[in-house]
Amino acid sequence: MECEICHENPATLHLTNYINGQKTELHVCQKCAMEKGYIEPKDDAYTIHDLLSGLFNFNSNLSNQPGINKSNQNELTCPHCKMTYHQFAKVGKFGCAHCYKTFEDHLNPIFRKVHSGNTEHTGKIPKRQHVHLQQKRLIQDYRNRLKTLIDEENFEEAAKLRDRIKALESGESSSDSNEEE
Amino acid sequence: MSLQSFIDSAISPWMQEEGPDHDIVLSTRIRLARNFTDVPFPIVAEEEKLKIVSNWIKTHFNQQSFNQYEGLEYFEMSTLQPIEKRALVEKHLISPYLMEKEKESGVLVSKNEQVSLMINEEDHIRLQLYFPGLQLDRGLEEAFHMDDWLEEKIDYAFDEKRGYLTSCPTNVGTGLRASVMMHLPALTLTSKIGKMVPAINQLGLVVRGMYGEGSEAVGNIYQISNQITLGRSEQDIIEDLQSVVEKLIEQERFAREMLVEQSELRLEDRVFRSYGILKYSRIIESKEAAKCLSDLRLGIDVGYFNHLSRSILNELMVLTQPAFLQQYAQETLTPKQRDIKRATIIRERLGLEES
Ligand SMILES: [Zn+2]
Ligand SMILES: [Zn+2]
Repeated sequence: MECEICHENPATLHLTNYINGQKTELHVCQKCAMEKGYIEPKDDAYTIHDLLSGLFNFNSNLSNQPGINKSNQNELTCPHCKMTYHQFAKVGKFGCAHCYKTFEDHLNPIFRKVHSGNTEHTGKIPKRQHVHLQQKRLIQDYRNRLKTLIDEENFEEAAKLRDRIKALESGESSSDSNEEE
Repeated sequence: MSLQSFIDSAISPWMQEEGPDHDIVLSTRIRLARNFTDVPFPIVAEEEKLKIVSNWIKTHFNQQSFNQYEGLEYFEMSTLQPIEKRALVEKHLISPYLMEKEKESGVLVSKNEQVSLMINEEDHIRLQLYFPGLQLDRGLEEAFHMDDWLEEKIDYAFDEKRGYLTSCPTNVGTGLRASVMMHLPALTLTSKIGKMVPAINQLGLVVRGMYGEGSEAVGNIYQISNQITLGRSEQDIIEDLQSVVEKLIEQERFAREMLVEQSELRLEDRVFRSYGILKYSRIIESKEAAKCLSDLRLGIDVGYFNHLSRSILNELMVLTQPAFLQQYAQETLTPKQRDIKRATIIRERLGLEES
């Protein structure tokens, strides 16, 4: 198949776009895809195509069979954005935040492959929306540190930290940590 | 327009400053991907849904200031001329992908062009901050502050288990892409860089050539960035990147010393030939220009030129891109005309240094 844009190079990329629910297919070469901005060579590490091709194959053999399409009533579909698992597997992109819950059962293998075995977030938490979660993380961090202190037989510091954890758990704010000698 | 005032308008102010390790590191970028909760992602969202996002941004953040990032201004993609959009791409303020988008897409840029927020690109928000030289820690800190400031007014799509939810599975979790742009002529010349890449990849980091197609590094400029966004904290990601970049800096400096020691005359010859081409050519293609600029910059770094400033590489790499050449010429140019204009700008720019 030749590239639909330059009609010179062989089409190595087969892109499927969903614009307002309308499916469009495009067969282009790497060069044209970059020029048109369909893929971002300068932004994302390697192209999404490289990364995701083959990624979904092991659990989406069904989606490659022509007889099965969107109208399949058993198809897993996001109630908010109407994206089907079939579409997600093909495009390699979520349609909305709720897709994460909808496709939850299929995600761990994908995340593990993309993120070197990781499946759970350990970084920043939104400050305003998730105050409690932040508290929870802080307590977890303190607990880990407590373990280290005990291992190091630094019992004096460990006792202080344990008091602080207790205070946090009983609902006091993290700011009134006492620094007495 | 005079060349000097054109340079002032074409080169972002932060780019003209010298940051830490500026002999090798050109710039640091921190990018955070964020989405609104309850609005579908741009890949499927209808126009009116995307409008919720763009209107919200305009209402709450247009014409606002945050710390040193003053005068945030929103530009709608649909109102910009193609050449203006290209110029934004060449300044790295927007992605080529955003340039192609029309509906309710835009960019919020601070006056100093250090911060840009791409709106309704692949995600609702792509916050980017740029710094001269190697400044990952500071970059992350300032990105976090800016992110907190945005979050005062925006309900982010966030999940306790998966973190910040993004359209592409490759960004989920932290949504962080930290990258460092490096000039590595000696590691390239000695073919050492190719041997280092697999080891760097093992750490979940990626090395790519800038300004080129695929993995080719035009102008010996490479971008090192993190690949993994899930399951590691932002600080850990930055730390790994920092240590790899430091290693590369050390190796590049060592390779430069070796070059000077072992093949001084060959190096000098190469540098001065390139200088000659830049100084006297009348027609020059972007690839040749990039190669010569890289040689010249290396020559400046090892001390062959005292009268030329280091910023010349960064500046001319931007100025000699198609959109800027045409803006300077104030007309559309054919590729052939661009090669002529490129040679002219380079000669004039070198002339500014020598006058
Ligand atoms: Zn093509
Ligand atoms: Zn959805």
